[in-house]
Amino acid sequence: MSIYVNRETKLVVQGITGATAKFHTKLMKEYGTNIVAGVTPGKGGETVEGVPVFNTMREAVKKTGANASVIYVPPGLAADGILEAAESKIGLVICITEHIPIGDMINVKRYLEDKETILIGPNCPGVITPDECKIGIMPGYIHRKGHIGVVSRSGTLTYEAVHQLSELGMGQSTAVGIGGDPVNGTSFIDVLKGFNEDPDTHGVIMIGEIGGTQEEEAAEWVKENMKKPVAGFISGVTAPPGKRMGHAGAIISGGKGTAEEKIKVMKAAGIAIADTPSTMGKTMAELMNK
Amino acid sequence: MNIHEYQGKELFRAYGVPVPRGHVAFSIEEAVSHAKELDSNIAAVKAQIHAGGRGKAGGVKIAKTHEEVRTYAKELLGKTLVTHQTGEEGQVIQRLLIEEGVDIEREYYIGLVLNRETGRVSFMASKEGGMDIEEVAENTPEKILYEEIDPLVGLTAFQGRRIAYGLGLPKKAAKQGVELFQKLYKLYLQTDASIIEINPLIITREEKLIALDAKLNFDDNALSRQEGIRGYRDESEEDPKELEAGKYDLSYIALDGNIGCMVNGAGLAMATMDIIKHYGGSPANFLDVGGSATRENVANAFRILLSDENVKGVFVNIFGGIMKCDVIAAGIVEALKTVEMNVPLVVRLEGTNVDKGREILANSQVEVLSAFSMDDGAKKIVKATKSPQ
Repeated sequence: MSIYVNRETKLVVQGITGATAKFHTKLMKEYGTNIVAGVTPGKGGETVEGVPVFNTMREAVKKTGANASVIYVPPGLAADGILEAAESKIGLVICITEHIPIGDMINVKRYLEDKETILIGPNCPGVITPDECKIGIMPGYIHRKGHIGVVSRSGTLTYEAVHQLSELGMGQSTAVGIGGDPVNGTSFIDVLKGFNEDPDTHGVIMIGEIGGTQEEEAAEWVKENMKKPVAGFISGVTAPPGKRMGHAGAIISGGKGTAEEKIKVMKAAGIAIADTPSTMGKTMAELMNK
Repeated sequence: MNIHEYQGKELFRAYGVPVPRGHVAFSIEEAVSHAKELDSNIAAVKAQIHAGGRGKAGGVKIAKTHEEVRTYAKELLGKTLVTHQTGEEGQVIQRLLIEEGVDIEREYYIGLVLNRETGRVSFMASKEGGMDIEEVAENTPEKILYEEIDPLVGLTAFQGRRIAYGLGLPKKAAKQGVELFQKLYKLYLQTDASIIEINPLIITREEKLIALDAKLNFDDNALSRQEGIRGYRDESEEDPKELEAGKYDLSYIALDGNIGCMVNGAGLAMATMDIIKHYGGSPANFLDVGGSATRENVANAFRILLSDENVKGVFVNIFGGIMKCDVIAAGIVEALKTVEMNVPLVVRLEGTNVDKGREILANSQVEVLSAFSMDDGAKKIVKATKSPQ
């Protein structure tokens, strides 16, 4: 078992004819992901890495039965890509694109309120269930099949955590990057709920960062509901206030969203916090062996 | 992106939000001539810098005569103003806003900002105008009125009325208020603003609402479609290194330590700073090269890092995903062809195309201390920058 993606996932790549999308389409296929279609307006009828390209999502879904999409289109067009995917009734949309205007994401979030579609991201590395399905931009070789769920706002810190787990012999059930934007689709709580109900997930690592209050809300939820051990890490202890640390959402404003506050609330909820980013795996291992 | 108060007021005027008459001045003579044109009993001389707290720091003066305008303009122009938002180094005043005086009956606070919890724009208002709104939110949260805006319908008239009545505006002003609030939301939406704050919004004895201040901030991600807003950019208000980094699509923030960091991904970049600190070192910067950086961008990043005189060592920490390790390695090699490197360099590479990247470094003339993990790299660079050279 796993969450979000597995062997049954039939993927469509939105913006498949772009250079980044082509490169990762190749890597995803090599990993074993079942890519059934690509969409680029005006490029219908072409193929990329043997994958048929369609002009619209509706057509791609109708002709191939795709049930998930990944978006690599440029920031100014990405919001429309999410809307198009949702309108085509696809179950899961994973948006890799960074720098989407916040105003666009406010509209997207509203549009998705009464839709069945789940959005992961934007500005995220994607989702992987090791040995079954890799969607996004993460390096496949660091993952091992296993029982730890990973959820993170940061792409590269997800890789770091996964790498550490694999080196310690602890595989992953699914690793989910929820993205670094202030307005996003799936939250920490959504993913934690999924892991809580997934019989193959035995423990979870949750990686947060400064800005917003998603980590605090998730910690409250963990305290009340989580049946499995949770380890955590928050980056940005040394980040100066008022500065946007790369991610649009990573900013301490008005004294809110500090790493100290998040760590305090997470510890109070029984989450084991790693002292440094290089001990995330070790912290999880110690927790699982208790 | 930040803009100046006088630019914000230009936008207010364009959207029909009343502001006092006024002009920007770049020199003492301009300041005096604008004051004469205003023909007002009193004139405000307001320092224009991209930071709040100007009033408390002495950046806003009230002049009763044209001679006083001259005196204040002379005092302020070229002066370094230090407010609670500028940091110790302060900000040099290069522009002044010369504005007519207005009769203030009462002051209010108005703000539009993204509410990250709901993913919607939140309209905030308070009777505690002129006060630091963060303090009000902290100490007396009940004094702030909130309206969440549904993007489907925008700020509705009934929400506007709720705010107007909540603030206790007199009947005539309440009607004007509802229109004003809706105009502000329209401005927020159409310019891709991320913050609009009026502190204070004032009501005159004649029951007329006027925006006495204007603080506007815009979503950097949307600037490519906001030509007019882009034109308001004042680069002299920004850190020169951050500005240069921005030209190469790099996210760079100067800090006060001595270990230069080059990392891919914002989370890993922050975590790299954290682990350097954990081992007793001090990061000189935050630098995220992003996912789509070219070899040239990486080379430029490296040059910017080394241009900081405080840098006593460099730690490159890469976990390739969308970013490829060979691009990073090639960029470092290229940068070091033109820039001399006299400080230790620790490189940790992992992820996409890692073997190619390691090979490029191994076959180059670049002197590199290789690290096999983030932990190892952080320890090595802290040690290398502490030992006598």
